Amino acid sequence: MKTPRQKMAEQDPQERIANFDEVPYGYTPEQAQAEAARCLQCQKAPCRAGCPVEIDIPAFILAIREGDFAAAREKLLETNSLPAVCGRVCPQEDQCEKVCVLAKKGDPVAIGTLERFAADWKDGEEADPEAGSAPEKAKVAVIGAGPAGLTAAADLARMGYRVTIFEALHRPGGVLVYGIPEFRLPKAIVFEEVEKVKKMGVELELNQVVGATLSVEELFDSGFEAVFVGTGAGLPRFMGIPGENLNGVYSANEYLTRVNLMKAFRFPEYDTPVIRGEKVCVIGGGNVAMDSARTALRLGAEEVTIVYRRSRAEAPARVEEVHHAEQEGVIFKFLTLPLKYLDDGNGWIRGMECQGMELGEPDDSGRRRPVPVPGTEFTIDCDLAVVAIGNDPNPLLPRALPELELGWKGTIVADPETGAASVPGVFAGGDIATGAATVIEAMGAGKKAARGIDRYLSARKS
Amino acid sequence: MYRIVEQERLTPEAVRLRIEAPRIARRRQAGQFVVIRVDEKGERIPLTIVGSDPEAGTITLVVQEVGTSTRKLGRLRAGEAILDLTGPLGRPTEVKKWGRVACLAGGIGTAEVLPVVEAVRAAGNTTLAIVGARTRELLILEDEMRAAADGLYITTDDGSYGRHGVVTDVLLDLINDGAVPDRVYAIGPVPMMKAVADLTRPYGIPTEISLNALMVDGTGMCGCCRVTVGGETKFTCVDGPDFDAHQVDFDELVQRQKIYLGQEKRSLEEYEKCAGGCRR
Ligand SMILES: Cc1cc2nc3c(=O)[nH]c(=O)nc-3n(C[C@H](O)[C@H](O)[C@H](O)COP(=O)(O)OP(=O)(O)OC[C@H]3O[C@@H](n4cnc5c(N)ncnc54)[C@H](O)[C@@H]3O)c2cc1C
Ligand SMILES: Cc1cc2nc3c(=O)[nH]c(=O)nc-3n(C[C@H](O)[C@H](O)[C@H](O)COP(=O)(O)OP(=O)(O)OC[C@H]3O[C@@H](n4cnc5c(N)ncnc54)[C@H](O)[C@@H]3O)c2cc1C
Ligand code: SF4
Ligand code: SF4
Ligand code: FES
Repeated sequence: MKTPRQKMAEQDPQERIANFDEVPYGYTPEQAQAEAARCLQCQKAPCRAGCPVEIDIPAFILAIREGDFAAAREKLLETNSLPAVCGRVCPQEDQCEKVCVLAKKGDPVAIGTLERFAADWKDGEEADPEAGSAPEKAKVAVIGAGPAGLTAAADLARMGYRVTIFEALHRPGGVLVYGIPEFRLPKAIVFEEVEKVKKMGVELELNQVVGATLSVEELFDSGFEAVFVGTGAGLPRFMGIPGENLNGVYSANEYLTRVNLMKAFRFPEYDTPVIRGEKVCVIGGGNVAMDSARTALRLGAEEVTIVYRRSRAEAPARVEEVHHAEQEGVIFKFLTLPLKYLDDGNGWIRGMECQGMELGEPDDSGRRRPVPVPGTEFTIDCDLAVVAIGNDPNPLLPRALPELELGWKGTIVADPETGAASVPGVFAGGDIATGAATVIEAMGAGKKAARGIDRYLSARKS
Repeated sequence: MYRIVEQERLTPEAVRLRIEAPRIARRRQAGQFVVIRVDEKGERIPLTIVGSDPEAGTITLVVQEVGTSTRKLGRLRAGEAILDLTGPLGRPTEVKKWGRVACLAGGIGTAEVLPVVEAVRAAGNTTLAIVGARTRELLILEDEMRAAADGLYITTDDGSYGRHGVVTDVLLDLINDGAVPDRVYAIGPVPMMKAVADLTRPYGIPTEISLNALMVDGTGMCGCCRVTVGGETKFTCVDGPDFDAHQVDFDELVQRQKIYLGQEKRSLEEYEKCAGGCRR
């Protein structure tokens, strides 16, 4: 008889909206082995082509099936420096699982959940990740400690390069620490994975804004022979509608940064405050909107509404995230566009004027364009609004290196195969090159750039 | 960790700190600031770089103790350290040769305006400093300011020192005496900066001010520091902190500074309850 795809147990929705603990519990060893047994161990293993960080999927799954969980973890770490992160936030349904042969007739193997299980496995001795003996090759600088930068740094260290990461914030991880909430990706897990990267010999310098604290030129002058830029898409978009600067209107970046990076959910034990709304509106339809809405619930909101101008089918958030939000009681208002924020007379938001939309012809992105329906204006009351309509590339570094060729919305133009940017010795990847995308794509770009840098430096030596 | 090499109390509510930060000391320019986090539970707050010694690798900050974070700073001594410190952030103050420049400051703004006075004068301008304090005891950096400027005017609200009045009184007199400055620069509490803007507007004197919006990251990532200037939204930390005073929406700025009043008060109460000891 065929085993069904194993489901992770989860915290009950009613309980979890009162805490910031992780929602899914992960597999038990029995479940993991049962799920691993579903894998057909395909000769050609099409799943592998779906993984940007080139995990040997059948091999790690086989190790789980055989009960050698430590070996499974080692297998993951051979190519992926952040498996516990990927196992949680990688949109596996669009990556490896989409091309798993089992997906054709039914449920694919739960590759992401198995990855999470193996990455979290703590028994047995933890072999220190190998650095390519004593690092002796050239010095390489990595700017930004998000998924792209961490991956590039780890891969370069593995090849024997001496790598230093320069990070602007006081913590490494990029969006993994300031954006994605604790209940989806516990910060302790991110730091453990960063520690592993450091053990490979990577130096990490925090509080260093490249372009302000030091320049790219200085990096080259002080002996770095190549630079990887992984500075992400950290510039919050606003809609430019009236009332956007009222008290009680946040960008998702500010809201999530206060709560995640600065731990405002533990105010006043932690010094950073955050507004705890009672009726909260979140504008947007992506993962960032889901994270903001679920955060608002956990901060005690009575009612949280997601307002999105297209329909459910177009919402870019992962299906799982929308599902979790609905389970927790988030209300969805699709086909709704905010027109302006309303002032309570004291400079605070009291509501939002909105308009109904309908779907018209497909636009450049292939999604049907929302068009306003006249006469459908209405008001939603709220005392907090979180704008989660996307982020643009962070302009700080491009501004400081004007020779860099920039693309649409200020992305850094980089060769998708090698990461090479227009300035010799400068490479880029992740959200700064593609615009806001995913953790795994950023990591894939970091991996390719590490190879690109290796080829560039090897060619220079010979 | 960023070690404090020197600490000096200037007034009952202000301290001067000299801190090791060699990269920042080398690169900072007038008008720029740092963002610091005192300890593990601390918030990120912006503070102007008042001076630096590139040789010694130190920067100088002057802090007015108004709430939890600044009180924590005020308790630190030489030899202790600040957990996180990053910068120099913000665009440097625009400095050109204009002729006669008046730099006005109120309260802790006196420290913040000092590097601007130095830079403006170094560019060949005749530089007047006009600084105000509530009372003589709270006046800071008088000697430094006297050395930096071509002329120094002091006012106190209660008349205990210098001229009885406010800094705009002095500026108005200068204008009335025909000594109209070619440019005005001001840093201080919002009502003071607004008063300066209102005074210089009818005379068409170009006026720059440094805005003290609330901030989190200080690198353009969150939008906490947004202000409206000339009808457009700007991020103070990357587009400023200096802006054209005649274009700034002061009412919005005042409003946004009040967002966390209740929570700031609560935070300070909790902090003072155990005199800073039990929360570390
Ligand atoms: C709330 C939220 C939820 C998300 N959820 C998911 C999800 O579930 N799954 C998924 O796959 N993706 C998700 N994403 C998208 C994903 O997080 C990003 O695509 C990914 O983090 C991009 O990685 P990166 O390394 O390119 O950039 P980032 O993660 O943005 O890291 C960039 C780093 O560079 C630093 N930096 C910037 N400028 C400088 C400078 N001048 N000097 C030094 N350092 C600098 C920044 O401080 C930051 O640490 C989410 C994004 C957000 C905001
Ligand atoms: C670019 C910039 C440069 C600055 N330079 C200096 C400096 O050199 N020295 C200095 O002492 N301060 C400076 N400030 C102000 C300083 O950042 C705040 O005083 C500090 O963040 C207050 O933190 P707190 O936790 O001690 O007080 P909080 O508890 O946050 O606030 C206490 C009181 O101060 C008010 N307040 C808080 N933040 C500000 C602010 N940004 N502007 C005006 N009032 C505020 C609050 O409304 C409240 O009434 C600067 C601000 C900016 C934006
Ligand atoms: S990293 Fe993502 S794509 Fe690769 S195996 Fe894991 S879940 Fe699949
Ligand atoms: S395609 Fe699916 S079944 Fe085949 S090896 Fe990969 S995970 Fe296993
Ligand atoms: S402080 Fe975050 S954008 Fe300026």
